Amino acid sequence: MNRRTGTTVAALLVVVLAMAGLVVASVPLYKAFCKATGLGGAPRQVAAGSERLSERRVTIRFDTSVAKGLAWRFAPKTREMSVRLGEDTLAVFTATNLSDRPVTGNAVFNATPDKIGRYVSKIQCFCFTEQVLQPGQTVDLPVTFVIDPAMAADANTEEVSTITLSYTFFRAEADKAASLGSPDTPDARGRS
Amino acid sequence: MSTHHDAPHGWRRWLLSTNHKDIGTLYLIFSVVAGLIGGAMSVVIRMQLAHPGGTLFDGDWHRYNVFVTAHALTMVFFTVMPALIGGFGNWFVPLMIGAPDMAFPRLNNISFWLLPPSFALMMLSAFEGAGAGTGWTLYPPLSTSGHPDASVDFAILALHLAGISSVLGAINFLTTIINMRAPGMTFHRMPLFVWSMLVTAFLLLLSIPVLAGALTMLLTDRNFGTAFFAPAGGGDPLLYQHLFWFFGHPEVYIMILPAFGIISQIIATFSKKPVFGYLGMAYAMVTIGGVGFVVWAHHMFTTGLAVDTRAYFTAATMVIAVPTGIKVFSWIATMWGGSITFRVPMLWAVGFIFLFTMGGVTGVVLANNPVDVSLHDTYYVIAHFHYVLSLGAVFAIFAGFYYWIGKISGREYPEGLAKLHFWVTFVGVNLTFFPQHFLGVQGMPRRIPDYPEAFAGWNMVSSIGAYIAYGGTVLFLLVVWRTFTSGRRVEANQWGSGATTLEWTVSSPPPLHSFETLPRIGAPPPVHNAAE
Repeated sequence: MNRRTGTTVAALLVVVLAMAGLVVASVPLYKAFCKATGLGGAPRQVAAGSERLSERRVTIRFDTSVAKGLAWRFAPKTREMSVRLGEDTLAVFTATNLSDRPVTGNAVFNATPDKIGRYVSKIQCFCFTEQVLQPGQTVDLPVTFVIDPAMAADANTEEVSTITLSYTFFRAEADKAASLGSPDTPDARGRS
Repeated sequence: MSTHHDAPHGWRRWLLSTNHKDIGTLYLIFSVVAGLIGGAMSVVIRMQLAHPGGTLFDGDWHRYNVFVTAHALTMVFFTVMPALIGGFGNWFVPLMIGAPDMAFPRLNNISFWLLPPSFALMMLSAFEGAGAGTGWTLYPPLSTSGHPDASVDFAILALHLAGISSVLGAINFLTTIINMRAPGMTFHRMPLFVWSMLVTAFLLLLSIPVLAGALTMLLTDRNFGTAFFAPAGGGDPLLYQHLFWFFGHPEVYIMILPAFGIISQIIATFSKKPVFGYLGMAYAMVTIGGVGFVVWAHHMFTTGLAVDTRAYFTAATMVIAVPTGIKVFSWIATMWGGSITFRVPMLWAVGFIFLFTMGGVTGVVLANNPVDVSLHDTYYVIAHFHYVLSLGAVFAIFAGFYYWIGKISGREYPEGLAKLHFWVTFVGVNLTFFPQHFLGVQGMPRRIPDYPEAFAGWNMVSSIGAYIAYGGTVLFLLVVWRTFTSGRRVEANQWGSGATTLEWTVSSPPPLHSFETLPRIGAPPPVHNAAE
C-alpha cells in the first residue's frame, strides 16, 4: 500500500469512527436535548416555581396507568383541576401494593399535547425517584408543578385549554432482576 | 495482455477471487437469486391481498408481516444494493477510470462473501420462532418486547454483516476513485456513473455506522437488560426512530444514485450526445447526498414533533426536488435534438425517467406534513416508494444489464425477447402500483393482511399486475439463458459512436486484467481520444 492510499484509508476510517462516536453520544445528547427543550412532551424539571402569574387558566387532567408485571393500584385523588398559569399547584396520587412482597416501581411521565411539554415544569415529583411499597401498603404520592405563563404568549399553544399529565408506573428493572435471582447488577444495565 | 498473472480455475476462481470483474459477476448472480426470492415473497403478499378475506395465511397474520419484512430486507440489502453497487460498481468503476483493478482486491472478496451468510441469517430470522414481523425498520417496542424469540436477533446480525460488507466496499470504492484514476482523468472528467458511485460510497460511510449503533442498542435492549429504547428504564423508543431514519433516508439515495449514474451513461450513448450539463449533473448528485442527511424526520411526522420542527423538515425535503429536477431536465435535454435509437437499454432508461419522476412527484406530495399526517402508513406511501425503487432502481438495474451484458459476457442479448421483457415488466409494475395510489388516498393501511370490501377492485388489479411483473422476471431468465447459449459475439464497442467511456475500448468480454498499461486521458470530452 503506497502512502497516498494509506492516507486515504486512514481518513475514511476516521469518518467511520466519527459517525460511530456520534451514535454513542446520541443517547445522552438526545436525553439532554429533550429535558432542556421539553420537545416531544417531556416536562421540564425546575428548582423553583414561576414569579409571574397570568390571568389565563387551563384545565389539568391526570392520566395514570400501571404497566404489565406490576401488581399495583395507582390513581389520582382528583381527576381534573383548573389552574392559573404561573401558579404552583399540588396534586396528589395514591398507590397501593396489591402483592404480598415489597415491590419497587418507577414512574415515567409525559404531557400532552406534545407541544405543551416545554411549558410544563415540575418542582417536586414522585416520578423523579423510585418508590418502594411494602405488601399491602398504600401511600400518597405528591407532585408540585407549574405551567409556564410564557405559554400564553406562544401562538402555537393559543388554542390549548386542557393539558393532560400522564404517569405510568413500571416495575423497576433492578427489582425485576432481584426477584428472578439474576446476577445482573443495576450498574451494569446502562441506565442513566 | 500479459500472462504472468496466475488465473485460478474452478471453485477457487470464485471463492478466492480478487478480480473486480469476477467479484462483480458474483454480486450480479447473488442479486438475481435474491431478487427472485424477494419477488416471490411479494407475489405471495399480493395473492393474500387479491380478495378481501384472503385465506393464504390461514389466519396467521403475524406470518404475513414476516413476509412483508423479509421481502423488504431482501430487496433493499440483497437485491438492489448488490446489483447497483457491488455488481455494476465493481465491474465498471475500474474500467471507466482506467484502473487495473480495485484498490484492495482481497477486501473486495470479503465484501462479497459476507453477503451470503448475511442473507442466510436474514432468511433464518423469518423461520426462527414466530419470525421477525417488524418491517425493515425494526421499531421498538415491537422488535424488543414484541418478539421474545430470537428472530429479531437473527435479523439484527444479518444487517450487521451486510453493513460491514457495505462499509468495506465503500472504503474500497472511495480509495479506488480517489487514487487510481488514469493519468488525465480528473474528477471533472470522470463518467457520471463513477461520480454516482463516489457519492454513494460516501453516503454508505456516513450512514451505516449509525445503523450499526442503533441495531447494537436494540440487541443489548433485547438480550442484556439495557433500556436505551425502553421507557420503563428511562429510555425513549423515539430515539431509535431518529437513529434509524438518519441512516434510512440516505439509504434510499444509496439505492437510487447509482441508478442515476447508469441512466446518464445510457441516455448519452443512445442519443449520441454527451450528457447535457455534465457538471450540474455531478453536483446535483452531491447535493442530493448532502441534503439527504438533514431530512430524516419526514418519516416521523406523526410522532408528535413540534410544529416548527415539522415545518423545517417539510421545507428541507422539498428542497431535494431541485437537484432531482436538474437531473431529470438534463436527461431530457440530452435526448433533445439527439440521434436517438430505441435499443432495449434506452427503453428501460426512458421508462426509468418517466416512472422515477412519477415517484418523485408523489414524494413531494408526501413531503407536506399536513398531507402526510393523512397518508402516513397508507398504500399511497407504498405506491410512492415502489415507483422510485421498484420502478426506478430496478428499471436502472435492467437498463444497466442490457447496456453492459455484451461487455460482460461478450455476447449480444436477444433484442426481440428483451423488448418483450421490457413491455411485460412495464405493464406489470404500473398495473401493480398505480392503483395503490387510489387505495392509499382512500385510506387503506399498509402491513394489514385484509381490507374492507370497498377496496376489492383496485386490489385485484394490483395483484394481477404483480403476477404479470413476476412473469416478466421469468422472461428475463429466458433472456439470460438465450444470451449465454446463442448470443451473437459482439465487438469491443457494441453501441457505436455514442458510447464514449473507457470500458468500450477494451474487448468484449474484457481480458481478466485490463489496463495494465494505463490509458492517458486528454482534454474533454475525454474518450474521443480513445476512439482514435
